[in-house]
Amino acid sequence: MTRRASIAVAVLVAIACVLPFVVSNYRTFQLTLVLVYAIALLGLNILTGYNGQISLGHGAFYAIGAYTAAVLMDRLGAPYWATIPAAGAVCLVAGFLFGLPALRLEGLYLALATFALGVSMPQLLKYHHLEKWTGGVQGIVIAKPEPPAFLREAGLQMNSDQWLYFFALAVAAIMFVLGWNLLRGRVGRALIAIRDQHIAAEAMGINNALYKSLAFGVSAMYTGIAGALGAIAVQYVAPDSFTIFLSLVFLVGIVVGGLASISGALYGALFIQFVPNVADEISKAAPWAIFGLFLIGFVYLMPAGVAGAVRTLLVRFTRKGAK
Amino acid sequence: MDAFIHQVLSGLATGGIYASLALALVMIYQVTRLVNFAQGEMAMFSTYIAWSLINAGMGYWPAFLLTVLFALALGVVIERVVIRPVENASVLAIVVIFIALLVILNSATGWIYSYTIKTFPSPFPKEPLFGNTYISSHELGAIGVTLVVLALLYVFFRFTPLGLAMRAVAQNPESSRLVGIRVGWMLALGWGLAAAVGAVAGMMIAPIVYLDPNMMGGILLYAFAAALLGGIDSPGGAVIGGFAVGVLENVLGAYVIGNDLKLSVALGLIIGVLLVRPSGFFGKVHVTRV
Repeated sequence: MTRRASIAVAVLVAIACVLPFVVSNYRTFQLTLVLVYAIALLGLNILTGYNGQISLGHGAFYAIGAYTAAVLMDRLGAPYWATIPAAGAVCLVAGFLFGLPALRLEGLYLALATFALGVSMPQLLKYHHLEKWTGGVQGIVIAKPEPPAFLREAGLQMNSDQWLYFFALAVAAIMFVLGWNLLRGRVGRALIAIRDQHIAAEAMGINNALYKSLAFGVSAMYTGIAGALGAIAVQYVAPDSFTIFLSLVFLVGIVVGGLASISGALYGALFIQFVPNVADEISKAAPWAIFGLFLIGFVYLMPAGVAGAVRTLLVRFTRKGAK
Repeated sequence: MDAFIHQVLSGLATGGIYASLALALVMIYQVTRLVNFAQGEMAMFSTYIAWSLINAGMGYWPAFLLTVLFALALGVVIERVVIRPVENASVLAIVVIFIALLVILNSATGWIYSYTIKTFPSPFPKEPLFGNTYISSHELGAIGVTLVVLALLYVFFRFTPLGLAMRAVAQNPESSRLVGIRVGWMLALGWGLAAAVGAVAGMMIAPIVYLDPNMMGGILLYAFAAALLGGIDSPGGAVIGGFAVGVLENVLGAYVIGNDLKLSVALGLIIGVLLVRPSGFFGKVHVTRV
């Protein structure tokens, strides 16, 4: 990381730590969801942005993560923090397994298969033989985690919204550092090489099959962790919150935020959290109309997304400064 | 046994609708090598137009014809305005454009007509035809309409100069351009025809599943499965695939896995076909040179 980038990250973290004490509880809750979406978008970006495998069904992995967390907490009494790694592990395996057949599918066909997965997910979750675990159409209500006792003993007053925000912030920070480490080195270069020229990559000694299915697994793991966090934040899971439109929201997020960019996940998350809030006031249908127009607009005019635009602006700005 | 025959026949009726939509997908695939994710929503939007016309007091069949013409125009406009600029873009960019179209059409319909479920009239009589007990007249009529559409398309592609030109463009755009065929317009017309066929499918399914902006989600999935099963570049295959998927969905839903997992049949079929036989039963096997 350059010095400027480190300073930027430090400032960002500082702002993120102060925010919940300045804004209302509801805003804090929304910011928690931004962090959740950012993790999910980073996951989708690893697969679609960096590795070029199009997924239109990542909402399914988000759902699996959310349900893992809810079932563990509600049916087995697991503590909320323990559900995060569990959801990650379940989705890693699920993603890896879905990634194996996906190896044989290219571009459009993979998009089709994942689209089918996304569309049929709510029905699978409603399946009546699983109702004992999943609660069927009703879903599962889960309790809101309270801030731990040691904070109160240390004299820190925090309500549960704020605590949840910091919990999500910590998870997001870990996931982003891990993702950054994964993508900046050998693995990241391999993923990009496969995306751009898979035959040449194979000739360079990259194990395409392994990297592609691993990318699927890791991507699903990120999204599943986001799903678990999201379920804890909204305290509720139900099949109909995980329709194909959730998967499409993620697609909107990475396209608007910026494909193959880590910071893009954050821009995308802010976009998909706050734009519908504003648009909802116009009409129930408005958020999706706006999403659609933004998708077309970004593909035509700004294919590198917000992250790309920021990068271009920075380069221009610093060049001027250097002269 | 009676119940079984009933399941198969009503499977054939919905299968005909899947076949039409699958055919629309194949028509666009043949000329552009793309799978149109917005096909279902285009059909849904056209069906709403038909609903408006009928509610304004127009007779069913005039409204039907007008809607087909509207869908044709809609397809042409979408191709010229939205798809043309990204013709040579990456697969991801094009998929994103299709998804954008899907959500725009979906939300525009929700905006204009609201999300409440509406009933859609059927042009066929309420009592079963010929006194049979197996199949309702709407289902029988839907099969009939599908077959008429298929026959018309066959005649169009086989016996008219325009159909010949369109087939030429699908086979070899460069040579077609050299002999003076307007390739761009042929592509647009292909989109228009696909949208028109989709609109027919929408109007036939709407009395069964009711009219609502999300009605096409599952149906599109079955159409994907049908198109892949028959071979994504084979129109005849798509039709057979459509009927097969319709029957399979009904019979499996009724006897094997239960109605609440019907969509998974489509998911399983899509993934299964792509893995075992990506070219489907009637498609060409593609060989790529490294």
